[in-house]
Amino acid sequence: MAHSSTAHAHEHAHDHGPQGILKYIWSTDHKIIGMQYMFTGMFMALIGGFMAYTFRMQLAFPGADIPLFGVVSPGEYNALVTNHGSIMIFWVAMPVLIAAFGNYLIPLMIGADDMVFPRLNRLSYQIFLLSAILIIASQFVPGGGFGGAWTSYPPLSANPAYNLTGLGATMWLLAVALEFVAFLLGGINFIVTLMNARAPGMRAYDIPIVVWMIVIASILFMLSVGPLMAGAVMLLFDQTLGTGFFDPGTGGDPILWQHLFWFFGHPEVYVVLLPALGFVAEIITVFSRKKLFGYKTVLYTAVATAILSFFVWAHHQFVAGIDPRMANVFTVTTLLISIPIAEVLFVIIATLYRGSITLTVPMLWALAFVAEFLIGGVTGIFLGASGADIYFHDTYFVLAHFHYTFFPIAIIGTFAAVTMWFPKMFGRMMNEKLGRIHFWLTVTAFNFIFIPLFILGTAGQHRRIYDYNHFPQLATEGLQDLRIVATTATVVLLLSQVLFLFNFFHSLFKGEKAPDNPWKSNTLEWTTSSPPPHGNWPPDAMPNVYRGPYEYSVEGREDDYWPQNQPA
Amino acid sequence: MTEGQVVELRPAPVARPKIMPDGVMGMLIFVFTEVMFFAGFISAFSVVRARADGVWPPPGQPTLPFEQTAMNTTLLLASGAVTWSAWLAWRRQTGKAATRLLVAIVLGAGFVALQGREWVALLAQGLTLTSSSLGSFFYVIVGAHGLHALAAISALAWSWVKLRKGELPASAFATVQVFWYFVVLIWPFIYFQVYR
Ligand SMILES: [Cu+2]
Repeated sequence: MAHSSTAHAHEHAHDHGPQGILKYIWSTDHKIIGMQYMFTGMFMALIGGFMAYTFRMQLAFPGADIPLFGVVSPGEYNALVTNHGSIMIFWVAMPVLIAAFGNYLIPLMIGADDMVFPRLNRLSYQIFLLSAILIIASQFVPGGGFGGAWTSYPPLSANPAYNLTGLGATMWLLAVALEFVAFLLGGINFIVTLMNARAPGMRAYDIPIVVWMIVIASILFMLSVGPLMAGAVMLLFDQTLGTGFFDPGTGGDPILWQHLFWFFGHPEVYVVLLPALGFVAEIITVFSRKKLFGYKTVLYTAVATAILSFFVWAHHQFVAGIDPRMANVFTVTTLLISIPIAEVLFVIIATLYRGSITLTVPMLWALAFVAEFLIGGVTGIFLGASGADIYFHDTYFVLAHFHYTFFPIAIIGTFAAVTMWFPKMFGRMMNEKLGRIHFWLTVTAFNFIFIPLFILGTAGQHRRIYDYNHFPQLATEGLQDLRIVATTATVVLLLSQVLFLFNFFHSLFKGEKAPDNPWKSNTLEWTTSSPPPHGNWPPDAMPNVYRGPYEYSVEGREDDYWPQNQPA
Repeated sequence: MTEGQVVELRPAPVARPKIMPDGVMGMLIFVFTEVMFFAGFISAFSVVRARADGVWPPPGQPTLPFEQTAMNTTLLLASGAVTWSAWLAWRRQTGKAATRLLVAIVLGAGFVALQGREWVALLAQGLTLTSSSLGSFFYVIVGAHGLHALAAISALAWSWVKLRKGELPASAFATVQVFWYFVVLIWPFIYFQVYR
């Protein structure tokens, strides 16, 4: 682990060794590793999206022969729902938001030549890739993929006799555990790199907000994942060795898993939210040509949110059974956590106020994030209050709320970041017009999926049900029409992504050449070439930092931006 | 709040010294995660034990040898202390570092060996992984700690070999120590929470 500066230099010299395709597979360059994470995440998103298509089709047209899939059996339905959730959270949101952009942006934005542990970084991606292969493979083993929901509650998940997917369940658990190990290695790298490898002159408040956000998210991940790892070991033993940690028959306790899971699971929401908020903050300042309103407010708010997020997890057990007095405590903490997040949204709006706003594609995504996430946040208040939650629990209201938080985070946030940093990553500009069409289609379709699901949820539609024809009060024509609307919108949403993929790959090879700093931004990654060379800057021209990242429209200056590396 | 603010004049940027060696900081972060990992086990165990309403150990299960394990605990703590003294000797270049480190390794290995003997005895008394929730938690928690101890002792042994050759970088030695002190210092918590 120890890495002296000579070893570091050697690492780089050594890095020029492998040529051709091996250069990309075996690289320790943080930019390549970031892209590996990004492309793997995009590939997994296609799988997760396809799963959503299959089970949405089953819900809209029960028992139909679905194009490209066939008839969905009840067991397959469970596996599809479970793995859609697991893949989208653990193999799309986490790798793309944190690992891909964390790896790509942190060294560039703090003026370092690479991460401090480049080989550990490569190992992190390799373990992640292995976990992705394992979760995909688990779909094809006898019994099929795990069908016990992404939260994997015992006793259903612990006993093959209940879940009927013994091998799938164990592979799922191992895949998740491996994925956590990968992010653990990545997170250590992010934190140490930020602390020890900043450019000369870069003080704590000169660090771009997105870097802070990714690093705070990594710390949050590190502190919350331990208990879930302990739970995973216990669950693995229950599944394979016949222990009874979560089996009340042998003195175990199934609710215990829920506590261990959600002690991680709720902070996890903020682990992915904070980086997305960071992207939005960067984009909003650049495209409103204004200083971020209240840098320190945002930073300390993020820290406060991170701390508070450790004290809300039991809002997931309001119905499973906790002491009502504890339910009150967790209601209060849960409602409290909406305050700092609202504050960040206000900061973003205040930054826009009287700025000279340009509605570029990344800016559209950033603004859509604010609008859509707001709906997710507000509906969360209904669920955080234990009284209301008892009615809404396990309905499509929860599902719609969840997607109104995670879709803005994982999908809108990712598109914001990809369209913002694409010119830097690949040295080409993306097509604006296609970008706009893709934006409007995606955001509109998204709302047409989940607004009907809010209505269905308030009407009492329970989730995790294969065919609503078995429930006469939920099988009415009116409710079925809403399901069909949601499914149609899902298909539109997925088809719209073809536009994005076309734009992405076409621009990658044929796009207009990107200048070093197409958006006239201040942060350091724009001071090097597009794409940056190995080592990010020429060794004799590493940047020095003279000011904070958001000096836009400073009075008395000709330019409306002031790069961090320009001497006064 | 920000508009119209006078831009502050700064001294020329200088390279900052590292807060601490990269390896040590990375290991410290890893150790925090590990502490939470064991905290997860121990809190789960406490919940299950509290649910048993005083019927503990579960019927038909042996009581854990609290007094006897005090011996193992002492060995482990002593090993930690000797490692520290080896570090001090290494820093002062007194030439005693290698011997002390070897003593620390032997003491640590002694701890693992005594734990192993204890497991054999408990298995004979009917405490197995699946015999009760006590057995499940005991073997998983103590086993997880034992695996950590073995990993740390291997790292100490590697340090000893390098140290004797004079090839041990200070940051690597410090990093290995951080992990070993974690293994040593978390043990008393496990001991008091699980064995009593
Ligand atoms: Cu929660």
